[in-house]
Amino acid sequence: MNTATLPIELPELTQDDLSRYSRHLILPEVGVEGQRKLKAARVLCVGTGGLGSPLALYLAAAGVGTLGLVDFDVVDASNLQRQIIHSTKDIGRKKLDSAEEKLKALNPDLNVEKHDTLLSSANALDILKDYDVVADGTDNFPTRYLVNDACVLLGKPNAYGSIFRFEGQASVFATKDGPCYRCLYPEPPPPGLVPSCAEGGVLGILPGLVGVTQATETIKLILGIGEPLIGRLLLVDALKMRFRELKLRKNPECPVCGTRPTVTHLIDYQQFCGLESESDVQRAVKNGIPQLSVKELKKRMDAGENLFILDVREPFEYRIANIGGKLIPQNEVPERIGEIDRNQEIIVQCKSGGRSQRIAEFLKQSGFPNVANLAGGILAWSDEVDPRMPKY
Amino acid sequence: MTIYIPTPLRAFAAGKDAVEVNAATIAAALDELTQAYPDLRKHLFTNEGKTRAFVNIYLNDEDVRYLPAKEATQVSAGDTLSIIPSIAGGCQTR
Repeated sequence: MNTATLPIELPELTQDDLSRYSRHLILPEVGVEGQRKLKAARVLCVGTGGLGSPLALYLAAAGVGTLGLVDFDVVDASNLQRQIIHSTKDIGRKKLDSAEEKLKALNPDLNVEKHDTLLSSANALDILKDYDVVADGTDNFPTRYLVNDACVLLGKPNAYGSIFRFEGQASVFATKDGPCYRCLYPEPPPPGLVPSCAEGGVLGILPGLVGVTQATETIKLILGIGEPLIGRLLLVDALKMRFRELKLRKNPECPVCGTRPTVTHLIDYQQFCGLESESDVQRAVKNGIPQLSVKELKKRMDAGENLFILDVREPFEYRIANIGGKLIPQNEVPERIGEIDRNQEIIVQCKSGGRSQRIAEFLKQSGFPNVANLAGGILAWSDEVDPRMPKY
Repeated sequence: MTIYIPTPLRAFAAGKDAVEVNAATIAAALDELTQAYPDLRKHLFTNEGKTRAFVNIYLNDEDVRYLPAKEATQVSAGDTLSIIPSIAGGCQTR
C-alpha cells in the first residue's frame, strides 16, 4: 500500500470537524483516523488554473489541513471558461489571492500557503520539500519535467494530470517503486509540435474531469486506501466519454528514478525542452527567423512603411480582431504561396506568435529571403500597443 | 486492426481519430500508417527510423518498449495500437 509520509502525531478533530466531515467519518475507508490524516496532510498544488481549480477546491472540501499554492499569474477573462475557482470580479487580480479567498470561504480552517513565484530549478526543491504530496497542474513541458525531477529527488509522490482539447491523462508518478514522468516520456516534444490551448482550444469541462481525478488520487495517497494510479496511465476522451488505461512501467534506465540515475540535481528545463531561457525573452532571432516586437512594428507602421503583414489565423479570429494583415489561414499557405510577394519583407502574424513562427520558418525554407515573426502576436499588440484591440 | 491517433497528431492523419490497417506485426502496421499519411512519419519517427522519445506506442494496454519482440511483435485483427504523445495541458502563459 502506498501512502504519503505523514507525521506520527495526528491532530485531533474539533466539534466542527466532526459535523463538517460526518460523511467521511461514516465511511469505513476514512473514519476518524483517516480524517485526522487529511488534517495533518500538506499538499502542494502547482498551478491554480484549469487543473488547479477543481483540485484545490476538492482538497479543501475534503479537509486537507494545508494547501500550498504556486502561481504567479493574474486572472484573465478567458480563464473563466474553465478556471472555476476564480470569479468575474477577480479579473486582473492575482490568481493566488483569488484562490485563497474561495478556498477559505469553503473551509475557514484550511491553512493556505501562497508561493507567488515561477517554479524554477533555483527554488523547486526548497518549496516542495515541506509537502507530503505534489499535485502538478501546470501548463508547460519544462515545469512538468522540473516538478517530476524534484519529486523524485525529494521522494514526494506526484499526482499528475494533463489535458489537451478534449483528451486528458492522469497518473501518480514518483513513488518509490513506481514510474516517474520521465519513464513515460524521456524527452519532451520539440517546441511548436503540441499547440498551446491559446491556439488549440480546450473544452472547459475537461480540466474539471482530470483535476478531480488528481484530487482523488491525492486523497487516496494520504489515506493509504484503494488503488492509486501508480504504474497506470488513465486516458480520458471527453467527446466519446471513454476511459482507457495503459500500463506504465518503471524504466530501470530512467535517468532520474532508475537504478543508475544520471540526473541527481535539477537542470535547465527551458533548455531541455528546446526553448529560449527565461532571461532571454527578447531573443532577436529564433530558428533563423528574426523576431519583430509589436512596438517596433507600430513604429514602422506610423512611419508610413509599406509592410506586408501575413495573418495566418482562421477567419473567425480575424473577425474578432486584426491589424489589417492579409489573411491566409496557416493550412492554406502552401497552396496560396503565390499570393505572397517574395520581394517584400513578410511579417508573419498570428494570435500569440506560435503559428506565425512555424509559417515563417516554412516560408524561409521555401526560398523567401526576407521573413520575420511578430513575437507575441495580436495578443502582444493588445497588451503593449492598443488595449482597445479585443483579446480572445 | 485499429490504430488510435491522438488529438495532437490528427491534423497529419486527415483528421481521423482511428485508422484501420492490415498488417502482421507492429512495425508493419506503423509502416502502413505512415505510407498512407506521410506527414505522420516525422512526428513519430526520427530520421533513422526510431520511435521518437516523446511518443509511446501501446499494443492494447502494453508499452511496445517492454514487449519481448518490441516492434516485431505479431498482431492480430482484434488488437489495437495506441499512439500516446506527451501533452502538457492548459495554456502557454508565455
